[in-house]
Amino acid sequence: MKIRIDPEKCQGHARCYALARELFAVDDYGQASVIVDEVPTELEGKADLAIANCPEYAIERVGD
Amino acid sequence: MARTAPVSDWARDFDVLDQRYVADPFSIWDDLRTTCPIAHTDRRGSNWLPTRYEDVTAIAHDIEHFSSLKVAVIPMGPDGDGERDLEYGLPPISSDPPLHTWTRRLLLPWFSHQRVESYVPLTRELCRGLLDGFVDTGGADAAVDYAQQIPVRVIARILGVSSDMADSFTGWVRDVLEFADDDERRSQGADQLLEYFESQLAQRRRVPGDDLLSELLLTEVDGAPLDEAIILGMAALILIAGVDTTWSAIGSSLWHLATNPDDQKRLVAEPDLMPTAMEELLRAFAPVTMARVVTGDVEFGGCPMKEGDKVLMNFPAANRDPEVFDRADDVVLDRAHNRHVAFGSGIHRCAGSNLARMEMRVALEEWLRVIPSFALEEGKEVLWAGGQVRGPRLLPVVFP
Repeated sequence: MKIRIDPEKCQGHARCYALARELFAVDDYGQASVIVDEVPTELEGKADLAIANCPEYAIERVGD
Repeated sequence: MARTAPVSDWARDFDVLDQRYVADPFSIWDDLRTTCPIAHTDRRGSNWLPTRYEDVTAIAHDIEHFSSLKVAVIPMGPDGDGERDLEYGLPPISSDPPLHTWTRRLLLPWFSHQRVESYVPLTRELCRGLLDGFVDTGGADAAVDYAQQIPVRVIARILGVSSDMADSFTGWVRDVLEFADDDERRSQGADQLLEYFESQLAQRRRVPGDDLLSELLLTEVDGAPLDEAIILGMAALILIAGVDTTWSAIGSSLWHLATNPDDQKRLVAEPDLMPTAMEELLRAFAPVTMARVVTGDVEFGGCPMKEGDKVLMNFPAANRDPEVFDRADDVVLDRAHNRHVAFGSGIHRCAGSNLARMEMRVALEEWLRVIPSFALEEGKEVLWAGGQVRGPRLLPVVFP
């Protein structure tokens, strides 16, 4: 599983970071980024949670 | 002048200060969503009130048609002119790009996740001190003695001003937000707040500190220092936005726990649930409604909006939309999927959301650690404030 954040949509709510620090970072301005190339299998559930909790719909799966 | 007649037609003549709306807006929103999802009123100017998640978030993202130049839910002064007491308003909240963009970038690092974590010990100590003051008395006002006392002192520290002024700050902010329909009280509160910050800025020009105000004074944009009116607006915003809002969120959460013993027991038994529970409490009791101004005649959702009309950004109602949330009117502490918009949506996402979440988490954790079992005091009144910010102002509880 791969995921990406659309930087145009991200507004810095930081929900993804709160839910999965293993997968996301946020900078001083709240901009979030994905810090893994591939989501480890055991963290796929957390990635899905982050996707489902982003108020800006900014996180998505890449490919499938 | 403001009308205060009770509302009989919520679709065409709503009033966010109506006592019924302040006490229980939820059933009103539920009715409106199915009958007239964008309500209208001519009380205090021409105002629209969307209640669906989809409409609220769409308007929040459409900054071309919906400006943030006037964000007050209750107009301040004749024609809302009081909102622009300062030349630039209160940037970035009451501004559009480009002013919004760079003023927001100046503030965000002060409220970054990392910076906010550094305020945890101070916040925890503050909460413990407050609890120590009443834990042995068997009862307290969870709003007045606790929730109200926390955010104002943390924000004072960040601004670099004395927390001895906490009661004055709280009074001014309430004058501006809660009693905005009383022109005299609103303008007196605003004047005192601005005068205070003017004198604080003058002091820091002479002797800079390491606080937010000092840094703004030293900041240059395009080679020039910031306009004093911009600094003053930003300082006033931080205080105004950082006090009533989080205090209301903490108070509403404690009210919910006081009135729902099962949730109270569960949160005490499962402390790991706190992050999820907190998001759910934010969803269910989102305190803040902001306004937008229609920039030119536009039809939205079948509504003929006119230039100068206001749209009340009903984030709290969006959060209760059953199209988006299962069991929308229930508090589900372990709700896993929760795209709530308590902190808004789009470019004006609350710049202090990290701080608010931290204060709320620490305040609830400390309360439950010291007072794991509590209930409303029978025979005593719970008093809610509403309008721009909804939350309990009196919340008498007992903990035998």
